Amino acid sequence: MTRPVPMLLLLLAIAFPLSLLAGRVWLDFGATPNAMVILAELRLPRSLLALVIGAGLGASGAAMQGYLRNPLADPGLFGIAPGAALGAVASFWFGYAASPILLPLFALAGAAGAMALLALIAGRTASGTQGIALFTLAGMMIASLAGALTSLMISLAPNAFAMSEIVSWLMGALTDRGWGDVWLAAPLTLTGIACLMVAGRGLDALILGDAAARSLGMRPAMLQAWLIAGVGLAVGSGVAVAGIVGFVGLIVPHLVRPLTDRRPSQLIVPSALAGALLVLVADCICRILPTVTELRLGIALSLVGAPFFLWLLLRMRRGSGGRLA
Amino acid sequence: MMLAARDLALAGRLAEISAEFAPGTITAICGPNGAGKSSLLACLAGLVTPDAGEVALDGAPLAALHPRERAQAIGYLPQDGEIAWDVAVRSLVALGRLPHGDAGDAQVEAALAALDLEALAQRPVSTLSGGEKARALLARVLAGSPRWILADEPLAALDLAHQLALLGHLRRAADAGAGVVLVLHDLALAMNHADRVLVLDGGRIAAEGEGEDALSPAIIARVWGVDAHWLGEPGARALSPSRAISPRRSAP
Repeated sequence: MTRPVPMLLLLLAIAFPLSLLAGRVWLDFGATPNAMVILAELRLPRSLLALVIGAGLGASGAAMQGYLRNPLADPGLFGIAPGAALGAVASFWFGYAASPILLPLFALAGAAGAMALLALIAGRTASGTQGIALFTLAGMMIASLAGALTSLMISLAPNAFAMSEIVSWLMGALTDRGWGDVWLAAPLTLTGIACLMVAGRGLDALILGDAAARSLGMRPAMLQAWLIAGVGLAVGSGVAVAGIVGFVGLIVPHLVRPLTDRRPSQLIVPSALAGALLVLVADCICRILPTVTELRLGIALSLVGAPFFLWLLLRMRRGSGGRLA
Repeated sequence: MMLAARDLALAGRLAEISAEFAPGTITAICGPNGAGKSSLLACLAGLVTPDAGEVALDGAPLAALHPRERAQAIGYLPQDGEIAWDVAVRSLVALGRLPHGDAGDAQVEAALAALDLEALAQRPVSTLSGGEKARALLARVLAGSPRWILADEPLAALDLAHQLALLGHLRRAADAGAGVVLVLHDLALAMNHADRVLVLDGGRIAAEGEGEDALSPAIIARVWGVDAHWLGEPGARALSPSRAISPRRSAP
């Protein structure tokens, strides 16, 4: 076991300044016109937003995998990201998306609706294998419902431009995001990560199974409430400002787990840092790739994440009874 | 410092269970499959709320205790021995300190030493043998320094040497003042190592007392439907079953 936090902080300390310089135009303060304006108004908020979104997704993935005791769990299972996406799409549909504040607020409302529905359905039976199964099924049901409603809204889009905007937004990106998005997402995400850290002890107890965890004082309903709040805030705010960015919550805990003692509580902060680093680097690559239009962040991460997921499944098939990392 | 069940009832599993468990002793709960042994243990641990009756710890209802206080007092070892992530042995044992909210290094080290796990402390649990894993899980319970140790078939799947070693550890815990309640299938182990035996049949108490009384051939015949007799001297008994004499009764 190594100590991943200092190492990840060092990597972030190297990557973050480079991300401020990287882009279609490599910032040269001696030669680039308006270099300070580009830095302050475009690059800095965009990089900060990458850190915030990645941290929220990474921490949420670690908490979800700990709660479900399943290395294939992903924050998307909660249905909160699809709920937030539905809210955002609704803002496009009703013509409010042009407002820099209404789109994320609609998305946050969608995330809150999904969280409330999840708590309502799964909250009454929070303990035991049955409780976790109900929780997972409820999350999947909400994700399916939100996905279906999103598709319906796209198909009934008032015009082709709106449809194109919706589809493009859903792909997830940090292009043209500003300080307003940072101020909206950062406090919510950090609060969400704090909730997940509070849940860490309960997640550790769950290593021993539900009965042993309860015998150690873990309160299932309380743990579930912290998780819904934590994932809801961290993932919901991320979707609100950047659209759907997948696979970070699945990949990152796997990369980090071997560097920790594998207790879920010890995985949350390193996963947040590694998620921040992954999204920051992925966004930099999106910026500098010589494509006609900038590659969407969500697409880039899915292109990396899908093969990783396949590798994970193959490793599980070869491995010992599904236990990984 | 007593743990007591008062008129416990759990639909389809337990009925009219009243029993007291004393600290400093080992009590074995025995009975055929489906007799309600695990259900009773889960009720005693406060993990299952009975439909009627109550469990009392030191005279106060267990259900009224805060989960953390209950967890500090009662260490519970489930039968399945689940370990979801491949943590190191020391990290696993340290989970026993969760109810106390501290690292409890001294208690963790003592638990590792008590179960001869010091050399394995940094090993991932996936590399342990069945016996080592059982010892690590018991060490997790001991690390919490509970006043009560409730274990559901802790000796299942262990070979004879490991069974005796684990019973030795539990005896030392009892001698140190802890109350130990074990669900046991092996009647000879219960007879030889428990101070008191509680026999369940169909969710009800069929017999209780010292092993020689509660596990007499007559009770074994009535509860298990097996004609059997004990060999050897008290404290070193072996059970010799000869034939099945009646079908099992069902739970209430």
